[in-house]
Amino acid sequence: MATDQRLVTGAGGQAAAFQAADGTGIGIIIRDKADRELHTQDMTLNVGPQHPATHGVLRVLVTLDGEMIESAEPVIGYMHRAFEKLAEYRDYRQIIALVNRHDWVSSICNELGVALVVEKQMGLEVPERATWIRMLMSEWTRVLNHLMFVGSYPLELGAITPMFYAFREREEIQALMEWITGGRLHLTYCRVGGLKQDLPRGAIDLSRSLVPRMRERLKEYETLVLGNEIFAARTKGIGVLPADVACSYGVSGALLQASGVPEDVRKTEPYLFYDQVEFDVPTGRNGDCYDRFAMLIARMKESLKIIEQVHDRIPPGPVNVKLPKVVRAPEGHAYVRAENPLGQLAYYMVSHNEKTPWRFKMRTPSFNNVSALPYLLKGTLLPDMIAVMGSMFFIVGDIDR
Amino acid sequence: MTDTVRDWLSHYWVLMPAKALAVLGVFLVFPLIVGYMEHKAMAHMQARLGPMEAGRFHGVLQLVADGIKFVQKESIIPRAADKWVFALAPAVAMVPGILLFGFIPYGPDLVPIRSDVGLFVTLALSSVSVIGVLMAAWSSANKYSLIGGIRAAAQLIAYELPLVLAAAAVAMQAGSADLAVIVERQGWWGWSGWGLLLLVGFFVYGTAALAELTRPPFDMPVADSELVFGHLTEYTGLRFAFFLLTEYAGIVSQSAIAATLFLGGYQGPFLPDGPWWLAVKVFALSFVVIWFRATYPRLREDQLQLFAWIRLVPVALLLILLVGFTKVV
Repeated sequence: MATDQRLVTGAGGQAAAFQAADGTGIGIIIRDKADRELHTQDMTLNVGPQHPATHGVLRVLVTLDGEMIESAEPVIGYMHRAFEKLAEYRDYRQIIALVNRHDWVSSICNELGVALVVEKQMGLEVPERATWIRMLMSEWTRVLNHLMFVGSYPLELGAITPMFYAFREREEIQALMEWITGGRLHLTYCRVGGLKQDLPRGAIDLSRSLVPRMRERLKEYETLVLGNEIFAARTKGIGVLPADVACSYGVSGALLQASGVPEDVRKTEPYLFYDQVEFDVPTGRNGDCYDRFAMLIARMKESLKIIEQVHDRIPPGPVNVKLPKVVRAPEGHAYVRAENPLGQLAYYMVSHNEKTPWRFKMRTPSFNNVSALPYLLKGTLLPDMIAVMGSMFFIVGDIDR
Repeated sequence: MTDTVRDWLSHYWVLMPAKALAVLGVFLVFPLIVGYMEHKAMAHMQARLGPMEAGRFHGVLQLVADGIKFVQKESIIPRAADKWVFALAPAVAMVPGILLFGFIPYGPDLVPIRSDVGLFVTLALSSVSVIGVLMAAWSSANKYSLIGGIRAAAQLIAYELPLVLAAAAVAMQAGSADLAVIVERQGWWGWSGWGLLLLVGFFVYGTAALAELTRPPFDMPVADSELVFGHLTEYTGLRFAFFLLTEYAGIVSQSAIAATLFLGGYQGPFLPDGPWWLAVKVFALSFVVIWFRATYPRLREDQLQLFAWIRLVPVALLLILLVGFTKVV
């Protein structure tokens, strides 16, 4: 695979030449450890838990030889908030308010997962209108989430401007979300059996007018970031994740698609009404940082396509089913998969016919995605480590839970 | 002006302090204007307003307010730091930056320190500041600082060569290393005739100067997403402010040198020659430097080194060859 080209063993197995595989042949650093006159020591560097590039409190323990990374080990758990245990002491409505806090930039998608898993266990039929609105909201959340990373990833490579553009766009979408749900970060809009409330009058028109505007803005990112030579030099051929390795680590979402695997739960195991709308699953060719970033923009375009179709299909009707004051899921267990913006989300719930679940297991995308880091970071340079880490598109709360 | 007044004014002990104060004034004022320009120009490029409060009108006094804030901050020296070196580093970085302004010709008779080898003195002074950076990096007792400092040093070695070669081509074309003579040999539009070859030199010089200033896209030594803030990580208060001032003064002085070498210095159309033309050119070049920061991500150190050694140095050498050839013919 492409990563293996990086380590070329020279004659006699003593000299190791590392070639930064950026496609241009630039960046050859010869190291000769065996008969080196100058005996150097490796340096251990704690990147994090407080570091600008770790999005919070991920800690990566790297061993450096100069700027070459000998080994890198992500140390997680600084933000562990015991969500799985907390969920065992909360009723199903409270869990919805709890889970939108583990991945705080895709809160509706998390809530939706809980609603789906409880509804599955209870055998509830959700009104059609509620399902379509759920789709609308989770696609807008996907766009919001991807915009966040479209802004923050160039920032990690030193380009400061896309961040501000991304937040300008996010603000417009958030105004819509705030109008509909009343929240900006933790929207808490989904309920078991439907939604908190119906759409306000005119919300669909606003949403409809946002789509072409966003599409126009996405072109700006393509020219400003993807078309930038330095961005390409920093990301092409860096952090190549082959498809088989990605699968073995359980990597999902944009990262897996960048490696060329067209896996998307919305396609392979459709939930809501995703089987009734037209959209494609974009795939990359090289599985490098550049492809991963390009996936974000491609996925946003697909989301906009879905949103456009949803607008015309939201039927009139109720958005909720009448439920008893105390919701009890019948005894048994249920498992639900969903395509979160960051990757595959899964909730596994075991119920003993009580107010609260007996066990609530979360499979969050960032945890699995980040587990591929040691594989990707070995033998890269320190600046590439930042490029690779940023391209994993993780939220620390989603790793530690 | 009577002769007695003129005699009195040209007395060494009157002239020297006046010149020193004027140079210090330029050093203190222009970087602040460029800093303010960076705040505002970048803000408008990024769909935001930038400072709006300090100084009542569009935040004009923001940097003065920042300066006052820095003075009040506690000056922290890490316990493991090499105290003397740590304290001295900002001065080592800043003083050459001040001196540099003394050698720039601001007008036909307005050269604070005129020297036959002014060009090489300015280039030498501009590279001394990296010693301050290296001192700061080594004495901070911080791994991020150390990596940043080593990067800065490597960058300087790589970029000093194309910088000096490009400047040498100009000296050859002008037939002098005296900055005032170099300006006089150009028109207000810069070089003409065979001198147009020096446009390539302008590109080489500009790229190398950007790398020497550690400005984006060559800001690896202070790469904030990798190295926290490079050699500045442990600095606080006034010492930190000195480093920042040095950076902006560097932008001004490198722009001034580039304008002097390639763009006709203090000369210009419509208005008489004078410092105002130099100021216009300096701000235009500084704007481009700011523009780069708003547009480009950061290169990697090894990519930068290769760009310097296999692209810029050969181009600069070829340029010298061509300029020499045209001179002889």
